[in-house]
Formats: sequence, structure tokens, C-alpha cells
Amino acid sequence: MRTAVVVFPGSNCDRDVMNAILDMELGPVDMVWHDEDGFPERPDLVVLPGGFSYGDYLRSGALAAKSRVMKAVRGIADEGGLVLGICNGFQILTEARMLPGALLPNTSMRFICAKSFVRVERADTPFTNAYASGQVVQFPIAHHEGLYFLPPDELGELEARGQVVYRYANSSAGSADAGEEYSPNGSLNGIAGIINASGNVLGLMPHPERATLKGLIRGTDGRNFWQSIRNHFGALEANG
Amino acid sequence: MNYRDAGLSDGEHERIKEMLGREPNELETALIGVMWSEHCSYKSTRRLLSKFPQEGRNLVGGPGENAGVVDCGSGWGLAFKVESHNHPSAVAPYQGAATGVGGIIRDILAMGARPAASMDGLFFGMPDSGKSAALAEGIVEGVAGYGNAVGVPTIGGKTFYDPCFEGNPLLNAFNCGLVRLGRIVSSKTARPGDLAVLLGSKTGRDGIAGASFASKELDADNRDSRGHIQIGDPFEEKLLIECCLDLLDGDLIASMQDMGAAGILSSSSEIAHKSGAGIEIDADLIPLRERMEPWEIFLSESQERMLLVVVPGKFDAVKTVADRYALECVPVGRVTGDGRYRVSMSGETIADLPVGILGDAPVVDWPMRTPGDLEERRAQPSNIRSLDPIRDIKTLIGSVHGTCREEIWRRYDCQVQLRTAAEPGEPVSAITLPDSDALIVFSMEAEPWKCWTDPFHGAAETMAQSIRTLALCGADALGMTNCLNFPSPEKPENFHDLSRCVDGLAAVCRDMGCPVVSGNVSLYNETPRGGIYPVPLVVTVGLVAHRAYYVSGGGALPGDVVYLVGPTSASLGASRWQVLCGGSGCARPQGSTWAYDAKMEAEFAERALASSRKAGIRSARVVAGGGLAAALAKEVIYSGVGMEIGLGSLDPTETLFSEGGPRAVYIVSQDKEEKFVRVWEGYPMTRIGNVSGTSLVIHGIGELSLEELEAEFFGGAEK
Repeated sequence: MRTAVVVFPGSNCDRDVMNAILDMELGPVDMVWHDEDGFPERPDLVVLPGGFSYGDYLRSGALAAKSRVMKAVRGIADEGGLVLGICNGFQILTEARMLPGALLPNTSMRFICAKSFVRVERADTPFTNAYASGQVVQFPIAHHEGLYFLPPDELGELEARGQVVYRYANSSAGSADAGEEYSPNGSLNGIAGIINASGNVLGLMPHPERATLKGLIRGTDGRNFWQSIRNHFGALEANG
Repeated sequence: MNYRDAGLSDGEHERIKEMLGREPNELETALIGVMWSEHCSYKSTRRLLSKFPQEGRNLVGGPGENAGVVDCGSGWGLAFKVESHNHPSAVAPYQGAATGVGGIIRDILAMGARPAASMDGLFFGMPDSGKSAALAEGIVEGVAGYGNAVGVPTIGGKTFYDPCFEGNPLLNAFNCGLVRLGRIVSSKTARPGDLAVLLGSKTGRDGIAGASFASKELDADNRDSRGHIQIGDPFEEKLLIECCLDLLDGDLIASMQDMGAAGILSSSSEIAHKSGAGIEIDADLIPLRERMEPWEIFLSESQERMLLVVVPGKFDAVKTVADRYALECVPVGRVTGDGRYRVSMSGETIADLPVGILGDAPVVDWPMRTPGDLEERRAQPSNIRSLDPIRDIKTLIGSVHGTCREEIWRRYDCQVQLRTAAEPGEPVSAITLPDSDALIVFSMEAEPWKCWTDPFHGAAETMAQSIRTLALCGADALGMTNCLNFPSPEKPENFHDLSRCVDGLAAVCRDMGCPVVSGNVSLYNETPRGGIYPVPLVVTVGLVAHRAYYVSGGGALPGDVVYLVGPTSASLGASRWQVLCGGSGCARPQGSTWAYDAKMEAEFAERALASSRKAGIRSARVVAGGGLAAALAKEVIYSGVGMEIGLGSLDPTETLFSEGGPRAVYIVSQDKEEKFVRVWEGYPMTRIGNVSGTSLVIHGIGELSLEELEAEFFGGAEK
């Protein structure tokens, strides 16, 4: 498989994502600048990384959503390729209307960098299949606008369609409780990550790439996140 | 502009006339005035700073460049430096702190290094003062706002509270960056004919003459100083970092210099002076945000600008890279061979000075006098005994002086770049080295109370503590950088304290073979209420040869044994206990500090390093602020297990609360105990207890449950 990591001016987790993917040996990674019309080679996975694209001016993700490269990103999603937005990337995906909802400032009105625990809500997606459904894993968070918001009726529909795939959970060992009371940022229903209706676009506030390399703080629970993506393409290949 | 308005003394003005053989014109007076300011010239301290040892096994480059560089192995160097941004942070806390972070990052970038980690030293007035709390909040938000957006992790720091910082908080910003050895950028490599190119933001009226502003005391009402404050834009800085690193990768620039204090003037004159060349700048070519006078243009401290030195044939390639990042990139002058600093405007030469006059400010020797009250300060408070050690332990870890700083560090992105190997709050901060199993570790220390009562030993203790902390975690010290934060040097007593603190730092660095690679001096930290305590802040960088040797705190397991290595007591003078619990309530620091002992420090470091390699240490912590009691309490809290401690016939107050000296708590598994004892043979060592239960039990004195300790340590700040 082949990955493209989009680099916006102000992105700062672009190299981290690349290093995590290389460490997991998921294949070649192209770094693609925001003003490109397309990708050097057709990617199987496009990652919109975390950071402060365009300095967060106007609103987080608002300017990046209008940048030239996003047309090509949308094209990959339309063709069924995987698109992953992490943190600022999630904000960009909502601003681009590729995912519903919006990410509002944390209830503390402060940036939060911390360990966080999320429950895998379903294990039948390209982004979760290496975990067990209901498993609680540790992904770090680092954001100022991470409160996922959607009007109540739409939120109900999102839940009913099973689009919530990662939900903030209790940090106590042995507990599998998850929900809004565990949101570090006030996120509705404890939502940490959602997929689109077709299941190939994921927006995720926590950073799996920060829990991938060995020997660093905050664990390696993210390795199976990348493994899930590898499994997905492995299965596609096997089914030929 | 009159020479006095430019900050020059009568004597300095006479000297300039003599050197030039004429009266300098207004612009020239302004240029010399700012370059001769304390902030740019270190004129009061240059002689003192020459006492710092500058030799070390791993030293690649030292003072004189933008930052020092040490060799970390595997072909990598680490450039590092700490710098103050105190005055701006006192006036405009958010912007002052933000631009402090941005400024030090550009210093590291100017070495050709990718900025890899930041730390911050914060010194605040007491939080129950509304003004101090507001300044503290602004400063922390400024560090977070800039640091998070620029994509450089803030991996640790130090926060200290004392009423002396009311109205004069300190912000010391540290940054380090990784650079391939052999790819280090020097400011000595400009050649005649090279282009001087401005990269980054346009020049505007912000931060005009900030260097002069930082060279005098703060007024009661600082509102007039607001014009001196710079405004930061981390987004622009992030682009600048990536652009400069791309330019270096493409081998497109001959040299570069960051623009900090005194902006275009200092960067261009320094590069010319250090390269043994001259430079001419055409003021008409400098991109401006607004109409400005020539002296304003040259002294502006507008942020996010770099000065590049480019061989003419490579300019087009440089411009192409800059365009990709949408950065302004304009040639504004040329390096010359005549040793002159020349400025032209509208075809006319408006300043023409020898570069040496800008770069070599005369040294000032302030008179020095031993403070009349020094003996009183050093006098050991007599007959002080803790009436309730358990209550005192709660005070030590539950008051603002001892609580967990998570409320601050949670706001800092500590993980971006994926190198961070120690959680904030661990005894040291740590990052991984690329292509290697080694860890680079950092220890930031400051002991304002001890440096006030006992300047030499207080500063020596600060530095020694920093090296002990590194040794304990398994690291050899590679080098140190420091920020000397002091009140006005013009008072002979203050200059005495400054001088003795420098002596203390220098003695330890010399004895321990730790070179001083860079540093910064911030004087005039005074408000009408008085001066700050002396604050020499040090950051020592160490290398753990292999991550397997790394020893941290918080790893105690039930059944382990607890050792105190080093003397069972040191000094209660100016200890946290003395100030908070000793005598009548919240007293001023008083009493002498542990007397520095070079031989003992060396023996401690040697054994601590050996322990990390061979003795299977579970957990370790130096005995520092809050004494043995605080070290044990933190081990219990971070390990999540209790301890039973017996002090035998030792004096409880001295043993639990005295501070300083080469001492540490070790937690060792029983099967490794024999090995451990063998390593420490010949050094004072006391087996003081074992790990068990869920409380910190001190036999014959009392106990504190893990829950009580956690409530104090994590919740105390909210009280």
C-alpha cells in the first residue's frame, strides 16, 4: 500500500505520521504540499495530519479545507480510498464537509496535552479491525478545539448508523465505561473519532501516531491502529 | 537623538568620539547606544562570565556563536541555550513569553539545527496576589500558545513562587536542536561579495529598542514600555524553520543569523564582525510594514525574521524555496571587505562605522561590596524543631511551592516530533537521539532562596544538584547553559551576589568537567518594591549511553528496600521547610547552604553512574527541595505503593527536611541489594526502610496514606 501525507503550512505532525507509518512498515509515504493539484502516485491512504494549518486563522481547519490539494483528497475518498484526519486533520474534514459536525473549543478553554483512553466501538472498520470491539486503548491527545458537536437529532442518527468508532473511556484498568463523562474536552457523547457513512473516511481527535514508536512516553497502543489499515488492504488484496 | 537618550554615559560618548575621530550622527549614536546596552553587550558581566570553563570532551562549539553545541554521538550534535524574556513578560505576559519561546528557537535554528525540544523556567509572585496570578496565567498561555503552534514540544521546566517576583516575573526559555556534526552553521563564514538577505516577516514598529528597555529597572507603571514589546506569530516561525532547514539541506546559504535583540542592526553587524568583514545595508530595500525612521528600522525587534548570507549565484534558488513557503525574501545589502558598517538611504550614506565599535562595547566594572546583612542572612536559624513532621510534610508537598505542576504542563504539547522519552514531572526531561539507543536528558535547576542567603554555596548547590540529577538517571553531563537573573548590578551589594553566584557555578562546572556552552544575563530585575532574589538558572544536558541504563523515579514495588545515600542530613538553611514551617509562619529564607564539597560530589556522581549501569535500580530521586521527606512522598505517590521508614536515633527535623548535598533516595529490589551496596561501599549509606502497604509510615512519628499524599500533591494548588 501507499500513503500520502498532506502537508499544510503550519502542519506539525506530518513527519510524526510518516515516521509511525514507516516504523510499522506500511509501505512508501509521499509528503504532499498543500498547493499540489494531485498526488505523485495514487495513494491507498491519505492522511491529513495534526498541527495548526494556516495558523488556525479564521477557525481551525477552515482555510485548509479550501486549499488546492483537498479536491484530490476528496477524489480519493470518492473512489473508496482511505482518508484519515488526525486532530487538525479531523477539523479540516469537518470544515470540508467530508464528515459531519464541528470541533469546538475544549470546555476548559485551554489546550490539553495528556494521555487519553478511548473505547473501540466497532472492530469492523478499516481503522479498527486489529482491536476487539469494546477494547479500551490509550491514545494521547493534544488539542485546543476537540469538543465534537452535532445538533441532537443528527447526533442520534450518527450514533444509530454506528459512525462513532472511538469514544473517550474511563482510564481505570478493567473498566470499559465510555461516554461524555470521560470526555477530556466536553465532546458530546464522548466522541473521539467518527467515520463517514461509507466507512472509508475517519476523523480522530487523539493521535495514534503518538502511541506507535517504541521507547517513548504514552505507550504503543496505536500500533494496532496502523495494523488495522494494513489488514484492510491485505484483505482487499487477498480477495483479489 | 541625544547620546543619553540612546543609553550612553558621558564617558562612553567621549570614548566613541575618540574612536571615530568625530561626533557620531544621530543614527550612529542610536546604533552604538543599543549595541552597547547591557542586553546586547554583556558589558557588566563579560569579565565574570570569563570564569566559566569552556572546555569539555564533547564540546563542539561554545559561546560566541548563537548557541553551544555538544557531540551526542552517532554523528549528531545538540545545540542548546536558555534565554530570559523577563521584562517583556512583566509588561505583556502573553506576548512576552510567546516571543521568548520564538526567539530562543531562532537562536537554535541559526546553528543549522532543527529545534527539537523546549523547556521553561517560570518564577512568579504568590498566586494569592491577583496581579501575580494574572501575569502567571498570561505567561503560561504565551509559552503554550507559541510553543504548541510552532511544533516544538515543551518537555519540562521549573516553576518557582516567591513574593519577590511580584511585578517582575521571570521567563527563561530553553531550546535545543539536533544538527548533523559537520553541518553546523557559523556566523563567521560571510565573505565579501555575499548578499545579505532578509527572510521572513516585514519590519515594523514593534519591539523598538527592546534591548535598551531590558537594560534598566521596571517602572511602577510599565504602560509606557508597551511599544517595546514584540508581537509573535508562531505560524510564520514554523514556515521559517522549515524554509531555513530546506535551504541548509540544499546547501544554499553561507551563513545565517537570527534577529532578536536589536534586530537587523545586531544580526548584520555581528555577522560582519565575526567574519572579519564589513557590511553595507540599503535601508530603502528593507520591506516595511509602515513608514519608519532609519533608527527605528535598524532597532526594530519585529519577530520571525532571519538574516541570510547568500553567495550571489545562489540567490535565485533561495528565492524559489522561500516562495514555496510564501516568505518574504529580499536582498538588502552586501558583505564588504573594508570592515565598515555602512547604511545608505536614498543614495546617501547615513551611517558609517567600524564594525568593531558595534561589536566590542567597553567593559564596565561595577564596584562590589559584601552586603552588610550577609552574615545575618547566612546565620543558621538556631534551635528549630518540627513540632509536627506529618503536618509539615503535607505543607511541603501541598503548598504552592511543592505541588505537582500538571496544571501548567498539561497546556504544553510535550510529544510532537516523537522524541519525548520522559513524562513531564519526572526527575529529568528526556528525548531520544536519532539512529541511536542513547537518550539526551535535561535538568533545569534554580535555588533563589539559597542564592540569596549564601550566594556562592547556593549557586554551587544549584549546579551540583543539576549534575547529581543527571548522574542518578544514568547520564554523563555534556554541558551547561545558564540564565543569570539578577537585580541592578549598579548596587555594589547586588554585584557582589552576582559575582559570588558566578563563582559558585564556575567552581562546580570546572570540578565536574562540565563546560558552560552558552548563556544569557538578565539584570535590572527590580521594581519600586525592590529587587528579585539572585536567580542563576542552569540547564545541564546529559547523555545516557543506552536507554537500558536510564533510571527514573516512581518505580518502587512492594518488597523493595529503601536507601538514603549521602549524609543523613545537610542544611535546613533556606530550605523549603525553613521558609514554610520553621520559625514564625512564612519566614524569609535564612541560613547557610550545604557547603559544596568537590571530592564528595565526584564520588557521588561516579557511584550513581555505576549504579545505573550495574545495580538494577528500581527507582531513584535526589534529595532536594523539601528534603528526604518530599523525596519519599513523591516516590510513594508516583509508585502508587507505601513505604515503612525508620529513622532510628536520627534527628527527625534534620533528617526529614534538610536539603542539599550529594544525597539521594534509592529503591532497590532485594535480590540486587548486595550489588547495590557494593557499588556504594565507602560512601555514606543508610538503609532506611522498605516498600510495603499503602501509606508512608515513619516509625515513631506518624503516617500519611497514599490518598492523603495524592490529595495534597495533586490538589493542593487549588486551595
